[in-house]
Amino acid sequence: MQDLTDVASGVPGALPGQAGLDFEGWSCPVPLRDVPTVVMGHGGGGAMSGELIEHLFLPAYGAAAATDLGDSAVLSVGAGTRLAFSTDSFVVKPMFFPGGSIGDLAVNGTVNDLAMSGATPLFLSTAFILAEGTELSVLGRIAQAVGRAAEDAGVRLVTGDTKVVERASGDGVYLNTSGIGVVPAGVDINARRARPGDAVLVSGDIGVHGVAVMSCREGLEFGTAVESDTAALHGLVAAMLATGADVHVLRDPTRGGVSASLNEIARASEVGIELVERLLPVPSEVRDACSLLGLDPLQVANEGKLIALVPAEDADRVLAAMRAHPLGRSACSIGSCVPDHAGMVVARTGLGGSRVIGLPIGEQLPRIC
Amino acid sequence: MKYLEEFSDPDLAKKLVDQIHAATTRKWAMMEVCGGQTHSIIRHGIDQLLPESVEMIHGPGCPVCVTPLEMIDRALAIAARPGVIFCSFGDMLRVPGSSQDLFSVKSAGGDVRVVYSPLDALKLARENPDREVVFFGIGFETTAPANAMTVYQAKQLGVRNFSLLVSHVLVPPAIAAIMESPACRVQAFLAAGHVCSVMGTAEYPPLAQKYKVPIVVTGFEPLDILEGVRRTVLQLESGRHEMENAYPRAVRDEGNAPAMKMLADVFEVTDRTWRGIGEIPRSGWRLSEKYREFDAEQRFDVTGIHTAESSLCRSGEVLQGLIKPHLCEAFGKECTPRNPLGATMVSSEGACAAYYTHRRLELVDAK
Repeated sequence: MQDLTDVASGVPGALPGQAGLDFEGWSCPVPLRDVPTVVMGHGGGGAMSGELIEHLFLPAYGAAAATDLGDSAVLSVGAGTRLAFSTDSFVVKPMFFPGGSIGDLAVNGTVNDLAMSGATPLFLSTAFILAEGTELSVLGRIAQAVGRAAEDAGVRLVTGDTKVVERASGDGVYLNTSGIGVVPAGVDINARRARPGDAVLVSGDIGVHGVAVMSCREGLEFGTAVESDTAALHGLVAAMLATGADVHVLRDPTRGGVSASLNEIARASEVGIELVERLLPVPSEVRDACSLLGLDPLQVANEGKLIALVPAEDADRVLAAMRAHPLGRSACSIGSCVPDHAGMVVARTGLGGSRVIGLPIGEQLPRIC
Repeated sequence: MKYLEEFSDPDLAKKLVDQIHAATTRKWAMMEVCGGQTHSIIRHGIDQLLPESVEMIHGPGCPVCVTPLEMIDRALAIAARPGVIFCSFGDMLRVPGSSQDLFSVKSAGGDVRVVYSPLDALKLARENPDREVVFFGIGFETTAPANAMTVYQAKQLGVRNFSLLVSHVLVPPAIAAIMESPACRVQAFLAAGHVCSVMGTAEYPPLAQKYKVPIVVTGFEPLDILEGVRRTVLQLESGRHEMENAYPRAVRDEGNAPAMKMLADVFEVTDRTWRGIGEIPRSGWRLSEKYREFDAEQRFDVTGIHTAESSLCRSGEVLQGLIKPHLCEAFGKECTPRNPLGATMVSSEGACAAYYTHRRLELVDAK
């Protein structure tokens, strides 16, 4: 125990005669072990989501589970035909935000999951879970958004379902979409195919969708309009594949952002990934909003953007094809795969230092100050 | 963005780094007080650019880290009560109490909400007159004015169902406590710029004189921090120990007079326990008598809290700058951001979390 009696003299804000500090006893709080209940972070697309799949779902599914955990499953169904199959649920709040709505997201999200296998999306289902009390005019606007997005993407809405839950059990509209597409012959896109030397490409500005949603959630405004970039990406993917390049990996970096997608690829392929921070296309509005809230743009959700890992020798022509497409005009290279630090993503900072880009844990949490 | 980019300019950074290298002739250990500075140093790799002989010690300036366990447990108990809407900034939700966190309380049915301003909590109180709305008022001198303003407004508006759970802490007494520690290695401080933008700089010259340490008021962008380090090294090398303001674009010596007036009206200085450190005399604020009716601690009278501390983690030593995060035996093993043993691993601005998140590469290489 050290006596601090003397500390106070001459020091503003301190009083003489106070008890001293017990530096010997400095200790740290008790562990917070795995939580026994579902918490919001389990749905955040980061480490907690992954652990739920790895430690709860897959063991419970047992032998019935297919273990290739991509954005969509690629399934062989007879001679030479491969189907891509994917499902996704949408619980976004608010349901309408600058640049889109839960309806656009639900269509484009599943279309993009299929596209990340190189598939041509064909058919979608829509399953609505509605809270009693939801205004039909709101539901109507969402349904119209679904129809428009499907038409724009060239997919058919072939089946669906509607359930209503008591007001206390839900909050507004939840929407699940599942989709089926066809994978062209010769296309093999998989998170395990990244190789040292591959170029890491991104189709445009990152962090836009997440900031757009945050900007209208809880009345948070940043003074500059940021609109969601939600869009169906299969056309862009088709243009990239048409170059003949051997595209190794595609990902749409939605929840968990670019960081989560690249970490998954690094682990699945057992390669290191090195990003160059000054090459990252982060719009000033996004950078400012993230700076204000203490968030990393690399961990902020995107829609309508993709990451591609392609052999270095194919990078230029794939980039050219991306830039020629309306959804890839500002496509750029942001780094490469390296033989070092397998399974990890590292960024070279603007000042010349380096930092590890980790997998986000759960929910993105704005900091206190 | 242009404004922030100007303070991240690589060419200017290199010039400052070169000047720091040229000026440094021996080993120096300086502490950046604020967790925001720690995060910026690690995130931009600034520590990798400095001379090996300049050691950055990470200070206790993460408000989430130092909020005492008992206060977290009290927050959890209040948040779990029916009829309560418990409001907090986002990063408090994951901070572990003795047995759970606010996320868990929310998951179990508690009405826990993330707000971006205490005024949002007051708005909630006015919209929900049949509920008790509690805002968790933590932080340093930076967040206190907004919290004070909210309580002031609640009183003016006659909002009876709003209260503040107060756990504010003050920087200057913590600097004094660190310097008084027999194990102290700190030879200089980078003071937290945004604290000084509220409170001014008057509290620092006496500290610099008493403990013979340079104190340089420093901002948070990469160039701010490099300039702070440069000025600190120049003082150390020439044997000076003065308060310098290297963040004049935000900090005036007299501080923010209206904010300080509001603080003086709503709060009064009190002893405060710092998580992982212990009690530091007169190092915090509580509501003054005039506003005591808005004190959630009194309104809810939560009793029977038994905190449980672990002996495994060494967060306290990290907070005092006695060890680097990775030198704690539990670092990266039992203790990760996913399963934090201590708050320095929970908050994104905690030194342990910053090391774990951004420095694993070197730590792996070093083994």
